[in-house]
Amino acid sequence: MKWLKTSYRLNIETRLDNPGWAGVLSSIMGVILALIVGGFVLRAAGATDPVGTYREIFKEGFGTPKDWQAGIHALFTNTDCPKGSLCFGPLSDTLVKASPILLTTLACIIAFRMKLWNIGADGQMFFGAWAATGIALFVLPKTTDRPVMLGAMALAGILAGFLYGAIPGVLKAVLNINEIITTLMLNYIAYKWLEYFVVVGPWSLGDFESTGNFARAATWPRLTELAERYPITAGLTIHPGIFLGIAAALLLAWIIYRSRWGYEIRVIGNNPRAARYAGMNLKRNIILVMAFSGGLAGLAGMNEVAALRTLSGRFQRGYGFTGVIVAWLARLNPLAAIFVAILFGGLLVGTKLIQPQGIASMLQGVILFIVIGTELLFRYRIQLEKVIPAPAQEPGEPHDSQ
Amino acid sequence: MTESPNAFEMYGIVKRFPGVLANDHVDFSCYVGEVHALLGENGAGKSTLMNVLAGLYRPEAGEITINGRRVSLHSPQDAIANGIGMVHQHFMLVPSHSVAENMVLGLKHPRFILNLRQVEEQVKALGEQYSLSVNPRAKIWELCVGEQQRVEVLKMLFRGARVLILDEPTAVLTPQEVEVLFNTLRDMTRRGHTIVFISHKLDEVVAIADRVTVMRRGKVTAAGMSAKGVTKAQLAQLMVGREITFEVEKNLAEPGEVVLSVMKLSAENDRGLPALREIDVQVRAGEILGIAGVAGNGQRELAEVLTGLRSASGGKMVFGDIELNDHTHWIDVGRRLAHIPEDRAAVGSVANLSVAENLILKNYQRPPIASGWSINNAAVRKNAVRLVDEYQIATPTVETPVRMLSGGNLQRVILAREISGHPKLMVAVHPTRGLDVGATEAVHKLLVKQRNEGAAILLISEDLDELLCLSDRLAVIYEGRLVSEIPIENADIRAIGLMMAGTKVDA
Repeated sequence: MKWLKTSYRLNIETRLDNPGWAGVLSSIMGVILALIVGGFVLRAAGATDPVGTYREIFKEGFGTPKDWQAGIHALFTNTDCPKGSLCFGPLSDTLVKASPILLTTLACIIAFRMKLWNIGADGQMFFGAWAATGIALFVLPKTTDRPVMLGAMALAGILAGFLYGAIPGVLKAVLNINEIITTLMLNYIAYKWLEYFVVVGPWSLGDFESTGNFARAATWPRLTELAERYPITAGLTIHPGIFLGIAAALLLAWIIYRSRWGYEIRVIGNNPRAARYAGMNLKRNIILVMAFSGGLAGLAGMNEVAALRTLSGRFQRGYGFTGVIVAWLARLNPLAAIFVAILFGGLLVGTKLIQPQGIASMLQGVILFIVIGTELLFRYRIQLEKVIPAPAQEPGEPHDSQ
Repeated sequence: MTESPNAFEMYGIVKRFPGVLANDHVDFSCYVGEVHALLGENGAGKSTLMNVLAGLYRPEAGEITINGRRVSLHSPQDAIANGIGMVHQHFMLVPSHSVAENMVLGLKHPRFILNLRQVEEQVKALGEQYSLSVNPRAKIWELCVGEQQRVEVLKMLFRGARVLILDEPTAVLTPQEVEVLFNTLRDMTRRGHTIVFISHKLDEVVAIADRVTVMRRGKVTAAGMSAKGVTKAQLAQLMVGREITFEVEKNLAEPGEVVLSVMKLSAENDRGLPALREIDVQVRAGEILGIAGVAGNGQRELAEVLTGLRSASGGKMVFGDIELNDHTHWIDVGRRLAHIPEDRAAVGSVANLSVAENLILKNYQRPPIASGWSINNAAVRKNAVRLVDEYQIATPTVETPVRMLSGGNLQRVILAREISGHPKLMVAVHPTRGLDVGATEAVHKLLVKQRNEGAAILLISEDLDELLCLSDRLAVIYEGRLVSEIPIENADIRAIGLMMAGTKVDA
């Protein structure tokens, strides 16, 4: 029973050095680990070959190199995509899916940078969708020029999200009410607000639980509209939303790393007392950042209705929460968010056909869980070590050398 | 006590931090029943060495024996099981818990049912035995700093510490409280306890220690030399590696116009109780007004009200030609009203931001740092490189986060930032607290230089030597009132000490 006397314990020390690559590595490791864990779950759910399933998910989400090659060839020869399948179809679907994710992610990033835990991007997005729909259906005539109409919808979406985000901001700044609770609760108000208008209320087309289709001017132009001239684009639903997201990400990166406001956000987020000491206005910044965050989420809502061409009772919930996950995976870096959002879009598109349907959310959850877990490994050095018996033991007892 | 046995021995201790060799094969040992001072500048490795002994850090190499037995200390619990307890500079107490509750915090016994009354009795008895009396039922937040320190010492005795490590215990105490602490320590050694006294204050080391070990840059420069007959100058040289002048060169003040004028200023503390009661004070260009007082008599509130961190509840403050109040645009004023805050790390700097980013905290809103809505990174860098050079800030690069800097270097960053704005008024609060001799000397020189260049300086400090050496006029604050104001030539350290304690003295 000698081995019983040798005990092991975890020794945890804070790492003082934390190089930039550590964060990147932690995110990548998190994803890989999550895929491994997810593989076991897939097996348990009945998949005989998890690796094959992953390959299938990737193919569904991004296409295969062979498809891309064929597509590029077709592009240059200006012919139809061969083999009947869409060469860039999966990629296009993924980018469409990624655009609302990217925008809600950016909304989370700016708030999280200031340690404001806005988990209400979903609700802010709903209000953005509602306002943009109002403009499209009831404010501007159907004959409005497309750019004017879309621009007005975007502004309305941003403004609605901005105001809806400002509510918890004001509550936090003035009354110090916890923004996690308020933003979470405001989500449900937004869901019900939209439901009232679209399902039973004034905007509903009776049994359809929907507003009916928007005028063409109020919808995103899609690449497939060029199919007459470029056959390769046939069936590609990609629209400018993703570029809107990328532009927003570039803007946010400039704000955070290069602007005076971003400097204030970083100082306040890291040390509010030092920010007060420097004379910064904390209350104003809390309200502004929450509102700005809401504005980005509101833009995501506009983007969705312009892509769906209608607002219905089935308007998808949860982009705001996916944004939380992607924001952490991207380590609150707006440029990294572009890639992670596209990756997540691919994951959502690729897992659409997988049964049971919960697999995609399960993988998302596992990824977030493991990413936050691996962060621990980068902040602390953890060693398993043997405990040398304390002197309380009997004298002369030999030390265990193994 | 020449031939006492050793209480503990440390051999060849190596502890490495990223980029720093904090302990480079250090040997250290203590006799049973002595006060052994561990002396060294900040960053010399003395706290690191003692954290190794207290089980907080694990050394890369070396061994430790206690009462002649080799031990391996993995945690503070291991250390205390071997009779070693450490009182840290920052107290490890739960403010909302009572003294007795803090005693049993983290103990393995009792496991389920806590007989708090019994603990209270024990604490009381222990307190009387060592003349460390505190009310065991008092909540920690109700106690003053000196009392909290007593609780920390009691906590270690309660857990059976035979060797007590005190990390800069006098930094937070008044001269009178230091005397009380020293008496307690002497009493404890008579009862067979061993004290390791970490300090960089030479006077105290000479006053209390039986033996001294001096460290410099992770190495021992003098091991266990007798403290009898050692001079401060000798110790300082061992510590710093060069000669130190204890006097700051200073000519007579030539006060100019009034820069800050405070009339009937009142303010409340965090608990809403009056902290400042109708204070009147003026500071002129080219002079240093020192404010002496025991911590908690309104110094902090005074500094905070003057720098916009706290609202006044009454009275008036005029700075140059502007009145300071809640509507003041503090970012604008902050450039000309410099503030060296009491807490460098928690208030004066942003730990995760770089040296360069910390250096623009007060001027990020004006050119050349700001250009339009953006921040000119080239200018930020240029500013940082210039200040790092001018103020001799030791940092690997200007992009290094300031949390990696030592206390002295962090203070240099703050001073560089505040002084580079050419302030008309400087409010300096405990500017050398926790700094070593070398860094203190540098800070003192910078303050006097500012004065000579025409800045008005309000110096709040608990260090009487510092106040006497730097101030042109000295005021004592007691319970939120300025008790008296005396020209420095007439200052008598004994009388000031009494005034700090609230006794009326005719100066």
